[in-house]
Amino acid sequence: MATQIPSVPDTTANALSPDIEEMIRTRVDAFVHEHMQQLVSEQVAAAMKRDPARSKVAIIASKGTLDMAYPPLILASAAAAMGEEVTIFFTFYGLNILKKGGARHLQVAPIANPAMPVSIPNIVGMLPGMTPLATWMMKSQFFGKHQVATIDELLQQCRDLGVKFIACQMTLDVMGIKPEELIDDVEIGGAATFIDFANEAHVTLFI
Amino acid sequence: MATSQIGKVDTVVDAKGQVCPMPIVMLAKAFKDLAVGQILMLLATDAGAKKDVAAWAEKTGNLLLETSEEGGVLAFYLQKV
Repeated sequence: MATQIPSVPDTTANALSPDIEEMIRTRVDAFVHEHMQQLVSEQVAAAMKRDPARSKVAIIASKGTLDMAYPPLILASAAAAMGEEVTIFFTFYGLNILKKGGARHLQVAPIANPAMPVSIPNIVGMLPGMTPLATWMMKSQFFGKHQVATIDELLQQCRDLGVKFIACQMTLDVMGIKPEELIDDVEIGGAATFIDFANEAHVTLFI
Repeated sequence: MATSQIGKVDTVVDAKGQVCPMPIVMLAKAFKDLAVGQILMLLATDAGAKKDVAAWAEKTGNLLLETSEEGGVLAFYLQKV
């Protein structure tokens, strides 16, 4: 933006007279008042455009049930589709999503879950076979009927779009999962690996 | 098919029946193969796509030229910038 500092009366005197000083102050104040807001907002807008954190998304996937495997993968694939650099850090039960064939075996338990689309009393939910039944119902009657992508499909979409998967080393050990049991293209890392990336991401989610 | 003021469409992506996040994912994948200035028509039935496609265009800096709806089918016309 082209702006011009207002001209100041030329004076050769060593000390400015109070009148002139006052005039300079008034003019400078008026100038700053008029232009500063615009200058600052231009600078901020330019800086925000350059901010790399605007295009990074860091997600932690810590749950291993069918219902809770969806949010991290849906958000990750959507963000990647929007051109963001996305990393999902899989930890604890979330590692089950990354196990070879694991995505197909995720389940949802009806017990102590009052939010199921079809409410199942706890005393029924505790019976053997109820978890597979609820899982089947969720897959076929709810996700399936609405043509929601499967977890396997979402994992594939994420990979196609360049989402990075990191498996937590410590919880792999705790859960007794060997790196070779995981699907391909998974990096192994620790908390610091995630924090290092998340530090530069405006969007960070713990799921 | 929805009618439009847009003359020539270079690619059509049919995401009818697909739900979140698939319309956006299919759009993004197809856009990669588009040259600058080319126009893509995305068809979708997921009502959420209305806001999602606008957000996608805003975020990626591409142009959402026109949106129309006919018989529950949304048609988005997007131009690669």
